[in-house]
Amino acid sequence: MSKRIYMDYNATTPIDPRVREVLIRELDSYANGSSMHEDGRRVAKDIFAAREHVAALVNANPGEILFTSGGSESNNMVFNTMTSIALTRTSHLKALYGGRKTIITSAIEHPCVMESAKRLESLGFGVHYLPVDGNGIVDMDRYRELLGRGDLSGNVAEKPLLVSVMMANNEIGTIQDIALLARLAHEAGALFHTDAVQAVGKIPVDVASLGVDYLTMSCHKIYGPKGVGALYVKKGTPVEPFIRGGHQEGGLRAGTYNSPSIVAFGEAARLANAGLAAYESHTRPLRNRLRDGFIASIPDIRINGHPEQVLPNTLDVSFPGAEGEAILLMLDILGVSVSTGSACASGSLEPSHVLMATGVGPELAHGSIRFSMGQYSTDEDVDYLLKEVPQVIKKLRGFSTVSSKEHV
Amino acid sequence: MSEWLYSDVVKDHFMNPRNVLEDDEATWPSDGRGIVGNIKCGDQMLILIRVADGKIADVRWKTYGCASALASTSILSEAIKGMRLEDAYILKPEDIVAKLGGLPANKIHCSVLGDKALRAAIDDYLSRNGLPSLKGLENVEIICNCLNVTDRDIEEAYKAGDRSWEDLQARTKIGTACGGCKERTLELLHQLEHLYGE
Repeated sequence: MSKRIYMDYNATTPIDPRVREVLIRELDSYANGSSMHEDGRRVAKDIFAAREHVAALVNANPGEILFTSGGSESNNMVFNTMTSIALTRTSHLKALYGGRKTIITSAIEHPCVMESAKRLESLGFGVHYLPVDGNGIVDMDRYRELLGRGDLSGNVAEKPLLVSVMMANNEIGTIQDIALLARLAHEAGALFHTDAVQAVGKIPVDVASLGVDYLTMSCHKIYGPKGVGALYVKKGTPVEPFIRGGHQEGGLRAGTYNSPSIVAFGEAARLANAGLAAYESHTRPLRNRLRDGFIASIPDIRINGHPEQVLPNTLDVSFPGAEGEAILLMLDILGVSVSTGSACASGSLEPSHVLMATGVGPELAHGSIRFSMGQYSTDEDVDYLLKEVPQVIKKLRGFSTVSSKEHV
Repeated sequence: MSEWLYSDVVKDHFMNPRNVLEDDEATWPSDGRGIVGNIKCGDQMLILIRVADGKIADVRWKTYGCASALASTSILSEAIKGMRLEDAYILKPEDIVAKLGGLPANKIHCSVLGDKALRAAIDDYLSRNGLPSLKGLENVEIICNCLNVTDRDIEEAYKAGDRSWEDLQARTKIGTACGGCKERTLELLHQLEHLYGE
């Protein structure tokens, strides 16, 4: 098999040739972006242009964009800032947040948020993981109750310091109502962060209309290189350096500028911004055709995620009776790259925490496959999947002790 | 094509498994039946055997599970044909893994159901025919050398309700001397959850 069909764009994307060109060109601009000489100033200028492009993609001011090594660092930086706020002796921060030791996040966050939240828990913060409904939407009643708990009890520690809810889920593609979540957080006096790694470049993301304080982005999800990302920090919002050292990024993120990657990120952001409408009209019909084709040709399946509030490129399907790792590897042999929520592919014994949080149960979580498409996906790719996937499922169900009908 | 995750033998048995039960059980009358594992943990295995002259004459199986689980059952089914019941009864997961040309370390636990399903099928055959049980003959692994606690002791303790290292220590005294067996014991607990967990 020569050509492979890549259906794992939510894991990472191929580099856009136009971005690659910029990246390679910038590799030769070897000067340090912090240097005063002309070579350095030229790199600094390129970095500034990149910052403008990244800012424009989310409707921020360039001064509100911090370049980081990626989404995980950006998310860690936000959570790390909370430990500093809790210890702060700065009077205006004390006035705003003093004594607050409650963090609210969701049950379906990326591991870098989950682990950061757990760390705060171990440091004495109260952390609440909002449950989600069957479509992956966070429980608003529970959210309101948690936000108001400190006022009700009069215990300031129970007042929320930070709310962090992802904009779009990497596995099931469900999109949250971030504007509403952020408004309610602010009414309760909390800071609001959203991990928008999967949303940026796929759907419109506007920090002004969302009203968020922090927003996380990653370059390699939008056809750029790995190892670079950004954190939007609204002007005036507290933020603590995660990596200390030089004065890069206003002293908030030390380390010599990764200028080739940053400049390539700028180009990727520029292209993503210009291509947003085309992205939607290219990917959503492919996704929906794949979904409808599966429903028509494979009995007893379940489409996971929200039916409408969902990323245009993401289709998560449970095939009860067939196990996810086996489906993935059989498709792999047929030249198709997908991912699964099965425990057997994760190295742990637990299947996807996202699907489990939606309440589908372990049977459906073990048999789940995520098809995520992108700007290079084609109708032929969908045709090939609609031809091969039903046979793979039929074959694996034929080996199986489990009747598919028991679990839908 | 670039290097595959597993050995060529695993790949072959995964893509072309041998002795799969094609229809439902009624279509293949058997002399012994064993089923272990549960779907909640991601794998389950059914083994049917026909017995003649104290040997396994034929076998069929079904497995819900990952590629390693499917391949392990397939290769087990080939290996046991013609085997004396006494020999089949003492097969160990390591024997199957060796035949598969090895498995990645984090996949070994996917191969532990086959020998147990087979023993269950042999037990079933023996009890159906009023023959003496082979229980106790299967290989045991000494987990705690200090206090001579075996994997079977741990399995019995699990069945009796123990779920943690502390539970097991209270019942079996395992690891109360040097404690060097804790890691292996926790691994076993994981496997048992796989086998019997709810």
